[in-house]
Amino acid sequence: MADVMDLELQKLPLDGWHRARGGRMVPFAGYEMPVQYEGILAEHLWTRESAGLFDVSHMGQLMISGPQADAALETLLPGELKLLGDGKLRYSLLLNEAGGIIDDLMATRRGEQFYVVVNGATKHGDIEQLERRLPQGTVVDHMKEQALLALQGPRAVEVLEALAPGVSELTFMTGGAFRIGDVPAWISRSGYTGEDGFEISVGAGAAEQVADALMESSLVKPIGLGARDSLRLEAGLPLYGHDLDEQTTPVMADLTFAIQKRRRAEGGFAGADRILAELEQGPVQKRVGFTVEGRQPVREGARIMDGEGNEVGRVTSGGFSPSLQRPIGMGYVATALSAPATRLTLEQRGKLFPAEVVPMPFVPHRYHRKKG
Amino acid sequence: MSLYFTKEHEWIRVEGDTATVGISQHAQHALGDIVFAEAPDVGKTLDKGQEAAVVESVKAASDVYSPVSGEVTEANPAIADDPSIINSDPEGEGWFFKLRLADPAELDGLMDEASYRDWSSKL
Repeated sequence: MADVMDLELQKLPLDGWHRARGGRMVPFAGYEMPVQYEGILAEHLWTRESAGLFDVSHMGQLMISGPQADAALETLLPGELKLLGDGKLRYSLLLNEAGGIIDDLMATRRGEQFYVVVNGATKHGDIEQLERRLPQGTVVDHMKEQALLALQGPRAVEVLEALAPGVSELTFMTGGAFRIGDVPAWISRSGYTGEDGFEISVGAGAAEQVADALMESSLVKPIGLGARDSLRLEAGLPLYGHDLDEQTTPVMADLTFAIQKRRRAEGGFAGADRILAELEQGPVQKRVGFTVEGRQPVREGARIMDGEGNEVGRVTSGGFSPSLQRPIGMGYVATALSAPATRLTLEQRGKLFPAEVVPMPFVPHRYHRKKG
Repeated sequence: MSLYFTKEHEWIRVEGDTATVGISQHAQHALGDIVFAEAPDVGKTLDKGQEAAVVESVKAASDVYSPVSGEVTEANPAIADDPSIINSDPEGEGWFFKLRLADPAELDGLMDEASYRDWSSKL
Protein backbone atom coordinates (compact mmCIF):
# COMPACT_ATOMS: atom_id res chain seq x y z
CA MET A 1 0.00 0.00 0.00
CA ALA A 2 1.30 3.46 -0.85
CA ASP A 3 2.12 5.76 2.00
CA VAL A 4 -0.30 8.67 2.25
CA MET A 5 2.63 11.09 2.33
CA ASP A 6 3.88 9.86 -1.05
CA LEU A 7 0.64 10.70 -2.78
CA GLU A 8 -0.21 14.07 -4.17
CA LEU A 9 -2.26 16.16 -1.77
CA GLN A 10 -5.96 15.56 -2.18
CA LYS A 11 -8.58 18.27 -2.31
CA LEU A 12 -11.59 18.41 -0.01
CA PRO A 13 -15.05 18.57 -1.58
CA LEU A 14 -15.23 22.12 -0.19
CA ASP A 15 -11.77 23.17 -1.43
CA GLY A 16 -12.98 26.11 -3.54
CA TRP A 17 -15.47 27.10 -0.84
CA HIS A 18 -12.65 27.42 1.73
CA ARG A 19 -10.46 29.45 -0.61
CA ALA A 20 -13.33 31.80 -1.47
CA ARG A 21 -13.73 32.52 2.25
CA GLY A 22 -10.06 33.33 2.77
CA GLY A 23 -9.05 29.95 4.15
CA ARG A 24 -5.27 29.59 4.39
CA MET A 25 -4.65 26.10 3.03
CA VAL A 26 -1.95 23.81 4.46
CA PRO A 27 -1.11 20.13 3.99
CA PHE A 28 -2.70 17.92 6.64
CA ALA A 29 -3.41 14.19 6.63
CA GLY A 30 -2.77 14.04 2.90
CA TYR A 31 -5.21 16.86 2.10
CA GLU A 32 -5.02 20.57 1.53
CA MET A 33 -6.98 21.92 4.48
CA PRO A 34 -7.83 25.36 5.88
CA VAL A 35 -5.71 26.12 8.97
CA GLN A 36 -7.46 29.46 9.54
CA TYR A 37 -9.68 32.11 7.98
CA GLU A 38 -9.76 35.35 10.00
CA GLY A 39 -7.39 34.08 12.70
CA ILE A 40 -7.09 31.22 15.16
CA LEU A 41 -7.86 33.21 18.33
CA ALA A 42 -10.99 34.81 16.91
CA GLU A 43 -12.22 31.51 15.47
CA HIS A 44 -11.57 29.70 18.73
CA LEU A 45 -13.49 32.23 20.81
CA TRP A 46 -16.32 32.39 18.25
CA THR A 47 -16.81 28.63 18.57
CA ARG A 48 -16.94 28.89 22.38
CA GLU A 49 -19.61 31.60 22.28
CA SER A 50 -21.59 31.05 19.06
CA ALA A 51 -21.27 28.36 16.37
CA GLY A 52 -18.28 27.28 14.27
CA LEU A 53 -18.43 25.29 11.04
CA PHE A 54 -15.59 22.79 10.51
CA ASP A 55 -14.90 20.75 7.39
CA VAL A 56 -13.57 17.40 8.58
CA SER A 57 -14.11 15.54 5.32
CA HIS A 58 -10.53 14.25 5.54
CA MET A 59 -11.67 11.85 8.25
CA GLY A 60 -12.44 8.28 7.29
CA GLN A 61 -16.11 7.29 7.31
CA LEU A 62 -16.54 3.53 7.34
CA MET A 63 -19.55 1.23 7.42
CA ILE A 64 -18.85 -2.13 9.02
CA SER A 65 -21.34 -4.88 8.28
CA GLY A 66 -21.68 -8.63 8.36
CA PRO A 67 -23.13 -11.20 10.72
CA GLN A 68 -22.61 -9.95 14.29
CA ALA A 69 -20.63 -6.87 13.35
CA ASP A 70 -20.71 -5.88 17.04
CA ALA A 71 -18.98 -9.06 18.18
CA ALA A 72 -16.53 -8.77 15.30
CA LEU A 73 -15.51 -5.23 16.24
CA GLU A 74 -15.24 -6.20 19.90
CA THR A 75 -12.26 -8.41 19.01
CA LEU A 76 -10.22 -5.27 18.18
CA LEU A 77 -11.96 -2.54 20.23
CA PRO A 78 -12.25 -2.58 24.05
CA GLY A 79 -15.66 -0.86 24.08
CA GLU A 80 -19.08 -2.35 24.83
CA LEU A 81 -20.69 -2.59 21.40
CA LYS A 82 -23.06 -5.55 21.80
CA LEU A 83 -25.25 -3.60 24.21
CA LEU A 84 -24.86 -0.27 22.42
CA GLY A 85 -28.33 0.98 21.49
CA ASP A 86 -29.40 1.85 17.96
CA GLY A 87 -28.25 5.35 16.99
CA LYS A 88 -25.87 5.58 19.95
CA LEU A 89 -22.22 6.59 19.60
CA ARG A 90 -19.29 5.19 21.50
CA TYR A 91 -15.75 6.56 21.65
CA SER A 92 -13.37 3.65 21.18
CA LEU A 93 -9.87 2.59 20.23
CA LEU A 94 -8.48 0.32 17.53
CA LEU A 95 -5.82 -1.74 19.30
CA ASN A 96 -2.84 -3.78 18.21
CA GLU A 97 -2.18 -7.19 19.75
CA ALA A 98 0.04 -5.59 22.42
CA GLY A 99 -2.75 -3.23 23.48
CA GLY A 100 -1.20 -0.21 21.76
CA ILE A 101 -3.51 2.31 20.12
CA ILE A 102 -3.62 2.18 16.31
CA ASP A 103 -6.30 4.89 16.20
CA ASP A 104 -9.09 6.44 18.22
CA LEU A 105 -12.54 6.53 16.69
CA MET A 106 -16.29 6.96 17.08
CA ALA A 107 -18.50 3.93 16.47
CA THR A 108 -22.27 4.31 16.01
CA ARG A 109 -24.72 1.44 15.86
CA ARG A 110 -26.95 1.83 12.81
CA GLY A 111 -29.18 -1.24 13.00
CA GLU A 112 -26.96 -4.27 12.55
CA GLN A 113 -24.18 -2.16 11.03
CA PHE A 114 -21.62 0.10 12.63
CA TYR A 115 -20.77 3.53 11.25
CA VAL A 116 -17.19 4.25 12.28
CA VAL A 117 -15.39 7.59 11.93
CA VAL A 118 -11.58 7.40 12.11
CA ASN A 119 -8.76 9.93 11.82
CA GLY A 120 -7.81 11.19 8.38
CA ALA A 121 -4.06 10.58 8.68
CA THR A 122 -4.58 6.98 9.77
CA LYS A 123 -7.64 5.92 7.77
CA HIS A 124 -5.89 3.86 5.10
CA GLY A 125 -3.89 1.94 7.71
CA ASP A 126 -7.04 1.43 9.78
CA ILE A 127 -8.95 -0.03 6.84
CA GLU A 128 -6.07 -2.38 6.10
CA GLN A 129 -6.00 -3.48 9.77
CA LEU A 130 -9.76 -3.97 9.94
CA GLU A 131 -9.91 -5.97 6.72
CA ARG A 132 -7.02 -8.18 7.79
CA ARG A 133 -7.92 -8.72 11.44
CA LEU A 134 -11.73 -8.70 11.64
CA PRO A 135 -13.38 -12.13 11.49
CA GLN A 136 -14.23 -13.47 8.04
CA GLY A 137 -17.51 -12.25 6.66
CA THR A 138 -17.16 -8.75 8.13
CA VAL A 139 -17.20 -6.13 5.40
CA VAL A 140 -15.54 -2.70 5.64
CA ASP A 141 -17.00 -0.10 3.28
CA HIS A 142 -15.00 3.13 2.99
CA MET A 143 -17.68 5.76 2.32
CA LYS A 144 -15.44 7.93 0.16
CA GLU A 145 -18.40 9.74 -1.36
CA GLN A 146 -19.38 11.25 2.01
CA ALA A 147 -18.28 14.65 3.29
CA LEU A 148 -18.24 15.38 7.03
CA LEU A 149 -19.01 18.77 8.55
CA ALA A 150 -19.08 19.71 12.23
CA LEU A 151 -21.14 22.54 13.68
CA GLN A 152 -19.89 23.26 17.19
CA GLY A 153 -20.74 25.76 19.89
CA PRO A 154 -23.58 26.82 22.20
CA ARG A 155 -25.64 28.28 19.33
CA ALA A 156 -25.18 25.26 17.03
CA VAL A 157 -28.45 23.67 18.08
CA GLU A 158 -30.67 26.60 17.14
CA VAL A 159 -28.95 27.00 13.77
CA LEU A 160 -29.22 23.34 12.84
CA GLU A 161 -32.74 22.83 14.22
CA ALA A 162 -34.00 25.48 11.78
CA LEU A 163 -32.58 23.48 8.86
CA ALA A 164 -33.04 19.93 10.13
CA PRO A 165 -36.09 19.88 12.40
CA GLY A 166 -35.76 17.34 15.20
CA VAL A 167 -32.01 17.49 15.76
CA SER A 168 -32.53 19.42 19.00
CA GLU A 169 -34.03 16.25 20.47
CA LEU A 170 -30.78 14.35 20.03
CA THR A 171 -28.70 14.10 23.20
CA PHE A 172 -24.91 13.92 23.43
CA MET A 173 -23.52 10.81 21.70
CA THR A 174 -26.69 9.95 19.80
CA GLY A 175 -27.41 10.29 16.09
CA GLY A 176 -30.00 9.74 13.42
CA ALA A 177 -31.07 10.23 9.80
CA PHE A 178 -32.36 13.73 8.95
CA ARG A 179 -32.83 15.95 5.92
CA ILE A 180 -31.29 19.37 5.41
CA GLY A 181 -33.64 20.73 2.74
CA ASP A 182 -33.65 17.92 0.18
CA VAL A 183 -30.26 16.55 1.26
CA PRO A 184 -30.22 13.33 3.28
CA ALA A 185 -27.84 13.65 6.23
CA TRP A 186 -26.65 11.46 9.09
CA ILE A 187 -26.38 13.79 12.07
CA SER A 188 -24.98 13.04 15.51
CA ARG A 189 -24.69 15.22 18.59
CA SER A 190 -20.95 14.95 19.09
CA GLY A 191 -17.71 16.72 18.32
CA TYR A 192 -14.13 17.53 19.22
CA THR A 193 -14.36 20.93 20.91
CA GLY A 194 -15.92 20.23 24.33
CA GLU A 195 -18.96 22.26 23.25
CA ASP A 196 -22.45 21.15 22.39
CA GLY A 197 -22.65 20.53 18.66
CA PHE A 198 -23.21 18.21 15.77
CA GLU A 199 -21.37 16.21 13.17
CA ILE A 200 -23.09 16.04 9.80
CA SER A 201 -22.36 13.41 7.16
CA VAL A 202 -23.66 14.29 3.69
CA GLY A 203 -22.84 13.27 0.13
CA ALA A 204 -19.78 15.15 -1.14
CA GLY A 205 -21.83 16.64 -3.97
CA ALA A 206 -24.20 18.30 -1.47
CA ALA A 207 -21.52 19.54 0.94
CA GLU A 208 -21.39 23.03 -0.52
CA GLN A 209 -25.16 23.42 -0.45
CA VAL A 210 -25.25 22.37 3.21
CA ALA A 211 -22.29 24.58 4.17
CA ASP A 212 -23.91 27.57 2.47
CA ALA A 213 -27.22 26.90 4.22
CA LEU A 214 -25.47 26.83 7.62
CA MET A 215 -23.50 29.98 6.82
CA GLU A 216 -26.70 31.90 6.08
CA SER A 217 -27.03 32.29 9.83
CA SER A 218 -25.01 35.19 11.21
CA LEU A 219 -24.27 32.94 14.19
CA VAL A 220 -22.00 30.71 12.07
CA LYS A 221 -18.42 31.30 10.92
CA PRO A 222 -16.02 28.85 9.25
CA ILE A 223 -13.31 27.54 11.58
CA GLY A 224 -9.93 26.12 10.56
CA LEU A 225 -7.67 23.37 11.85
CA GLY A 226 -5.73 25.77 14.09
CA ALA A 227 -8.71 26.51 16.30
CA ARG A 228 -9.84 22.89 16.09
CA ASP A 229 -6.54 21.98 17.75
CA SER A 230 -6.67 24.65 20.48
CA LEU A 231 -10.34 23.84 21.22
CA ARG A 232 -9.71 20.12 21.62
CA LEU A 233 -6.65 20.80 23.78
CA GLU A 234 -8.70 22.96 26.16
CA ALA A 235 -11.29 20.16 26.22
CA GLY A 236 -8.56 17.69 27.25
CA LEU A 237 -9.18 15.52 24.19
CA PRO A 238 -6.17 13.61 22.83
CA LEU A 239 -5.00 13.95 19.22
CA TYR A 240 -3.87 10.76 17.54
CA GLY A 241 -0.24 10.77 16.39
CA HIS A 242 0.60 13.26 19.13
CA ASP A 243 -1.01 12.24 22.43
CA LEU A 244 -1.75 8.68 21.34
CA ASP A 245 0.28 6.18 19.33
CA GLU A 246 0.98 2.47 19.07
CA GLN A 247 3.25 2.64 22.12
CA THR A 248 0.46 3.96 24.35
CA THR A 249 -2.34 1.87 25.80
CA PRO A 250 -5.83 3.11 26.77
CA VAL A 251 -4.80 2.94 30.44
CA MET A 252 -1.62 4.98 29.90
CA ALA A 253 -3.67 7.48 27.90
CA ASP A 254 -6.17 7.83 30.77
CA LEU A 255 -8.98 6.62 28.52
CA THR A 256 -10.20 3.83 30.78
CA PHE A 257 -13.76 5.21 30.52
CA ALA A 258 -13.73 3.66 27.04
CA ILE A 259 -13.42 0.13 28.49
CA GLN A 260 -16.85 -0.79 29.83
CA LYS A 261 -17.58 -3.15 32.71
CA ARG A 262 -18.35 -6.32 30.75
CA ARG A 263 -15.23 -5.92 28.65
CA ARG A 264 -13.10 -5.57 31.80
CA ALA A 265 -14.64 -8.74 33.20
CA GLU A 266 -14.49 -10.79 30.00
CA GLY A 267 -11.51 -9.39 28.08
CA GLY A 268 -11.48 -10.85 24.59
CA PHE A 269 -10.06 -7.81 22.77
CA ALA A 270 -6.62 -7.21 21.26
CA GLY A 271 -4.03 -6.65 23.98
CA ALA A 272 -6.54 -7.49 26.74
CA ASP A 273 -3.97 -9.31 28.91
CA ARG A 274 -1.76 -6.25 29.17
CA ILE A 275 -4.58 -3.74 29.42
CA LEU A 276 -6.45 -5.64 32.15
CA ALA A 277 -3.18 -5.99 34.09
CA GLU A 278 -2.57 -2.25 33.76
CA LEU A 279 -6.09 -1.54 34.94
CA GLU A 280 -5.38 -3.56 38.07
CA GLN A 281 -1.81 -2.49 38.79
CA GLY A 282 -1.72 0.95 37.23
CA PRO A 283 0.34 1.93 34.18
CA VAL A 284 4.01 2.93 34.31
CA GLN A 285 3.25 6.28 32.67
CA LYS A 286 0.08 8.27 32.40
CA ARG A 287 -1.27 11.11 30.26
CA VAL A 288 -1.86 14.27 32.29
CA GLY A 289 -2.78 17.88 31.69
CA PHE A 290 -0.71 20.76 33.03
CA THR A 291 -0.69 24.53 33.19
CA VAL A 292 2.56 26.43 32.59
CA GLU A 293 3.68 29.51 34.52
CA GLY A 294 4.10 32.69 32.52
CA ARG A 295 2.86 33.34 28.99
CA GLN A 296 5.20 31.38 26.73
CA PRO A 297 3.71 28.26 25.14
CA VAL A 298 5.55 24.98 25.71
CA ARG A 299 5.00 22.68 22.78
CA GLU A 300 5.11 19.05 21.73
CA GLY A 301 8.49 17.42 22.33
CA ALA A 302 9.53 19.46 25.36
CA ARG A 303 11.03 17.39 28.17
CA ILE A 304 9.13 16.94 31.44
CA MET A 305 11.26 16.68 34.59
CA ASP A 306 10.61 15.98 38.26
CA GLY A 307 11.87 18.18 41.11
CA GLU A 308 15.35 16.68 40.87
CA GLY A 309 15.77 17.28 37.15
CA ASN A 310 15.19 13.67 36.07
CA GLU A 311 13.32 13.30 32.80
CA VAL A 312 9.94 11.69 33.54
CA GLY A 313 8.21 12.17 30.20
CA ARG A 314 7.52 14.40 27.22
CA VAL A 315 4.99 17.02 26.25
CA THR A 316 2.69 15.60 23.55
CA SER A 317 0.49 18.67 22.95
CA GLY A 318 1.04 22.20 24.13
CA GLY A 319 -0.06 25.66 23.27
CA PHE A 320 -1.63 28.89 24.34
CA SER A 321 -5.19 28.55 25.61
CA PRO A 322 -7.28 31.35 24.07
CA SER A 323 -10.07 30.87 26.62
CA LEU A 324 -7.80 30.83 29.69
CA GLN A 325 -5.20 33.25 28.22
CA ARG A 326 -2.34 31.10 29.44
CA PRO A 327 -0.21 28.20 28.19
CA ILE A 328 -1.52 24.67 28.76
CA GLY A 329 -0.48 21.25 27.60
CA MET A 330 -0.65 17.51 27.99
CA GLY A 331 1.99 14.87 28.14
CA TYR A 332 3.06 11.62 29.73
CA VAL A 333 4.66 11.39 33.16
CA ALA A 334 5.63 8.59 35.53
CA THR A 335 2.39 7.59 37.27
CA ALA A 336 3.77 8.66 40.66
CA LEU A 337 3.81 12.25 39.33
CA SER A 338 0.35 12.21 37.74
CA ALA A 339 -1.74 13.50 40.66
CA PRO A 340 -3.24 16.98 40.36
CA ALA A 341 -1.14 19.75 42.00
CA THR A 342 2.12 17.86 41.33
CA ARG A 343 4.87 20.33 40.40
CA LEU A 344 6.79 19.62 37.20
CA THR A 345 9.55 21.38 35.30
CA LEU A 346 9.43 21.56 31.51
CA GLU A 347 12.45 22.16 29.31
CA GLN A 348 12.21 23.70 25.86
CA ARG A 349 15.19 24.99 23.84
CA GLY A 350 17.32 25.11 26.98
CA LYS A 351 14.82 27.15 28.97
CA LEU A 352 13.02 25.83 32.08
CA PHE A 353 9.32 26.37 32.78
CA PRO A 354 7.54 25.57 36.07
CA ALA A 355 4.30 23.67 35.49
CA GLU A 356 1.60 22.03 37.57
CA VAL A 357 -0.54 18.95 36.90
CA VAL A 358 -4.22 19.90 36.70
CA PRO A 359 -7.38 17.87 36.06
CA MET A 360 -8.71 17.89 32.51
CA PRO A 361 -10.69 19.29 30.80
CA PHE A 362 -9.05 22.70 31.16
CA VAL A 363 -12.30 24.33 30.03
CA PRO A 364 -15.47 22.56 31.23
CA HIS A 365 -17.36 20.45 28.68
CA ARG A 366 -20.80 21.76 27.81
CA TYR A 367 -22.30 18.69 26.19
CA HIS A 368 -26.08 18.30 25.93
CA ARG A 369 -26.40 15.17 28.03
CA LYS A 370 -29.53 13.14 28.58
CA LYS A 371 -31.27 14.22 31.77
CA GLY A 372 -31.69 11.80 34.66
CA MET B 1 16.51 58.03 8.86
CA SER B 2 16.62 54.90 6.73
CA LEU B 3 14.67 51.68 6.76
CA TYR B 4 16.10 48.31 5.81
CA PHE B 5 14.82 44.73 5.78
CA THR B 6 16.34 41.24 6.02
CA LYS B 7 15.42 38.05 4.21
CA GLU B 8 14.34 36.72 7.63
CA HIS B 9 11.67 39.46 7.68
CA GLU B 10 13.14 41.77 10.30
CA TRP B 11 13.10 45.52 9.71
CA ILE B 12 15.68 47.96 11.06
CA ARG B 13 15.17 51.72 11.21
CA VAL B 14 18.43 53.64 11.59
CA GLU B 15 18.77 57.09 13.15
CA GLY B 16 22.38 58.18 13.57
CA ASP B 17 24.26 55.40 15.34
CA THR B 18 21.19 53.75 16.89
CA ALA B 19 18.57 51.55 15.25
CA THR B 20 15.16 50.06 16.08
CA VAL B 21 14.38 46.45 15.15
CA GLY B 22 11.09 44.60 14.64
CA ILE B 23 9.37 42.09 12.36
CA SER B 24 7.66 43.00 9.11
CA GLN B 25 4.00 43.17 8.19
CA HIS B 26 4.58 40.10 6.02
CA ALA B 27 6.07 38.21 8.98
CA GLN B 28 3.25 39.00 11.40
CA HIS B 29 0.69 37.94 8.81
CA ALA B 30 2.47 34.63 8.22
CA LEU B 31 2.80 33.96 11.96
CA GLY B 32 -0.83 34.69 12.78
CA ASP B 33 -2.06 35.58 16.26
CA ILE B 34 0.99 36.38 18.41
CA VAL B 35 0.65 35.32 22.05
CA PHE B 36 4.17 35.77 23.39
CA ALA B 37 7.20 37.95 22.67
CA GLU B 38 10.50 38.32 24.48
CA ALA B 39 13.01 41.07 23.71
CA PRO B 40 16.73 40.80 24.57
CA ASP B 41 18.15 42.25 27.79
CA VAL B 42 19.48 45.79 27.68
CA GLY B 43 23.28 45.75 27.52
CA LYS B 44 23.47 42.50 25.60
CA THR B 45 25.88 42.51 22.67
CA LEU B 46 24.48 40.95 19.52
CA ASP B 47 26.29 39.75 16.42
CA LYS B 48 24.75 40.22 12.99
CA GLY B 49 22.42 37.28 12.41
CA GLN B 50 22.38 36.21 16.05
CA GLU B 51 19.13 35.10 17.72
CA ALA B 52 17.99 38.22 19.52
CA ALA B 53 14.33 37.76 20.48
CA VAL B 54 11.55 35.19 20.49
CA VAL B 55 8.06 35.53 19.07
CA GLU B 56 5.36 32.89 19.39
CA SER B 57 2.03 32.70 17.66
CA VAL B 58 -0.74 30.25 18.45
CA LYS B 59 0.76 28.05 15.75
CA ALA B 60 4.53 28.24 16.17
CA ALA B 61 7.65 29.72 17.77
CA SER B 62 10.08 31.85 15.76
CA ASP B 63 13.39 33.52 16.47
CA VAL B 64 14.04 37.15 15.63
CA TYR B 65 17.60 37.67 14.41
CA SER B 66 19.60 40.83 14.82
CA PRO B 67 20.00 42.41 11.36
CA VAL B 68 23.34 43.95 12.36
CA SER B 69 25.85 43.81 15.22
CA GLY B 70 25.52 46.11 18.21
CA GLU B 71 24.64 46.59 21.85
CA VAL B 72 21.00 46.53 22.98
CA THR B 73 20.05 49.92 24.44
CA GLU B 74 16.32 49.49 24.94
CA ALA B 75 13.71 46.69 24.92
CA ASN B 76 10.04 47.39 24.20
CA PRO B 77 8.07 46.47 27.35
CA ALA B 78 4.77 46.82 25.46
CA ILE B 79 5.27 43.63 23.40
CA ALA B 80 5.60 41.53 26.56
CA ASP B 81 2.48 43.06 28.11
CA ASP B 82 0.37 42.85 24.96
CA PRO B 83 1.98 40.77 22.19
CA SER B 84 -1.01 41.41 19.91
CA ILE B 85 0.40 44.87 19.08
CA ILE B 86 2.96 43.05 16.95
CA ASN B 87 0.03 41.89 14.80
CA SER B 88 -1.75 45.23 14.75
CA ASP B 89 1.29 47.51 14.24
CA PRO B 90 4.39 45.39 13.49
CA GLU B 91 6.43 48.16 11.92
CA GLY B 92 5.47 50.80 14.52
CA GLU B 93 4.31 50.24 18.12
CA GLY B 94 5.23 46.57 17.89
CA TRP B 95 9.01 47.14 17.70
CA PHE B 96 11.22 44.72 19.68
CA PHE B 97 14.47 46.44 20.67
CA LYS B 98 16.92 49.25 19.92
CA LEU B 99 20.65 48.85 19.51
CA ARG B 100 23.77 50.92 19.05
CA LEU B 101 25.38 50.01 15.73
CA ALA B 102 28.82 48.41 15.96
CA ASP B 103 29.53 48.66 12.23
CA PRO B 104 27.26 50.81 10.02
CA ALA B 105 28.81 49.18 6.95
CA GLU B 106 26.79 46.04 7.76
CA LEU B 107 23.67 47.90 6.61
CA ASP B 108 24.92 47.76 3.03
CA GLY B 109 23.99 44.10 2.69
CA LEU B 110 20.33 44.64 3.64
CA MET B 111 17.32 45.27 1.40
CA ASP B 112 15.71 48.66 1.04
CA GLU B 113 11.97 48.92 1.57
CA ALA B 114 10.93 48.78 -2.10
CA SER B 115 13.08 45.71 -2.77
CA TYR B 116 11.77 43.95 0.32
CA ARG B 117 8.08 44.64 -0.40
CA ASP B 118 8.54 43.43 -3.94
CA TRP B 119 10.46 40.31 -2.89
CA SER B 120 8.18 39.36 0.02
CA SER B 121 5.02 39.84 -2.04
CA LYS B 122 6.19 37.01 -4.30
CA LEU B 123 6.85 34.49 -1.49
